[in-house]
Amino acid sequence: RWLRGRLWGAARSCTEGGKREPFCGEWEAVEGEPAVLSSGLSPASVPPPQIGRGALQPAPQYGPAFVRDVFRFKESLAEDLRRADLVISHAGAGSCLETLEEGKPLLVVINEKLMDNHQLELARQLHKDGHVLYCNCSTLVETLQSMDLSTLKPFPPGQPEKFALFLDKVVGFE
Amino acid sequence: MQPWFPPPGSTGAFFLLLLLPPLLLVPFVLLARRRHDRRTPPLRLLVVAGSGGHTTEILRLLSCLSESYSPRCYVLADSDKMSEAKIRSFEQKRAERFSNSQILCNGPGTCVPVCISALLLGLLGMKRAIIVYVESICRVETLSLSGKILYYFSDYFIVQWPALKEKYPKSVYLGRIV
Repeated sequence: RWLRGRLWGAARSCTEGGKREPFCGEWEAVEGEPAVLSSGLSPASVPPPQIGRGALQPAPQYGPAFVRDVFRFKESLAEDLRRADLVISHAGAGSCLETLEEGKPLLVVINEKLMDNHQLELARQLHKDGHVLYCNCSTLVETLQSMDLSTLKPFPPGQPEKFALFLDKVVGFE
Repeated sequence: MQPWFPPPGSTGAFFLLLLLPPLLLVPFVLLARRRHDRRTPPLRLLVVAGSGGHTTEILRLLSCLSESYSPRCYVLADSDKMSEAKIRSFEQKRAERFSNSQILCNGPGTCVPVCISALLLGLLGMKRAIIVYVESICRVETLSLSGKILYYFSDYFIVQWPALKEKYPKSVYLGRIV
């Protein structure tokens, strides 16, 4: 099936420089045009993905209507998020929270080679609560082919005002 | 002349009497760390920023604090330009709402040595600082290494998922606060 609209992907944090890193497998999985087409994504619908700090530097152009360029860092991703219909990201807290608060469907990709894989806990819980889809690098394409975004539930916002009230109480400000 | 020897058994009793008052004070000192004093603003705040998501989370925690928490001092790594940018942007927006915001950036550092230093200053009676540790939202079922250490040394240890509250009963659970 074809997924219309804009897909914004973040292949981040290839941190152990030099060689291509396992997490780059996500990029490779998406980069391969046959893989993209078989996943049901329209290549023309993919805007420039973000890549993190690391050795990986994908070629600026892959195909005639696919990736043009990549970027490492922007002041704010709010504009990109607003335009996206689906976000693929690692399971970092910031990425997940920003995307979910924007109300966008999120597919988190777990980096299995990360030390102790602390991102897995959050991804698993958010998936259990029905807020995100998740997969690893090798199952990305298969997940994109079989996912049903309508099963995702809205993510309620956090309440930092509760922390402020708590702190006022414990420090003695009344 | 007869040398004087203390009566048998009295030496031990003497030393016990000497040590007893300071020993008795220890639990009071420890309890005093938990006393809820009434304070008048302002309260100087030291914020330890980490990389990436940690800084995002901590700035969200600060977003609802009143101007009574001032000045705010941030500790971050020299190389952490992203966190510096996020903090400056956060404080700039605050300055537009409140009149007297300041940024003091310092680093490098991680939160454990900073908190241990604060603890030592408190134990030495030099400076009393309240240590509030908020575990990352990424930690659903297990604590981070910093969390495992600071669970025992912080005044308030906040977790954001109920599973952690069950495992660590002394923690505080306020729901999701970022």
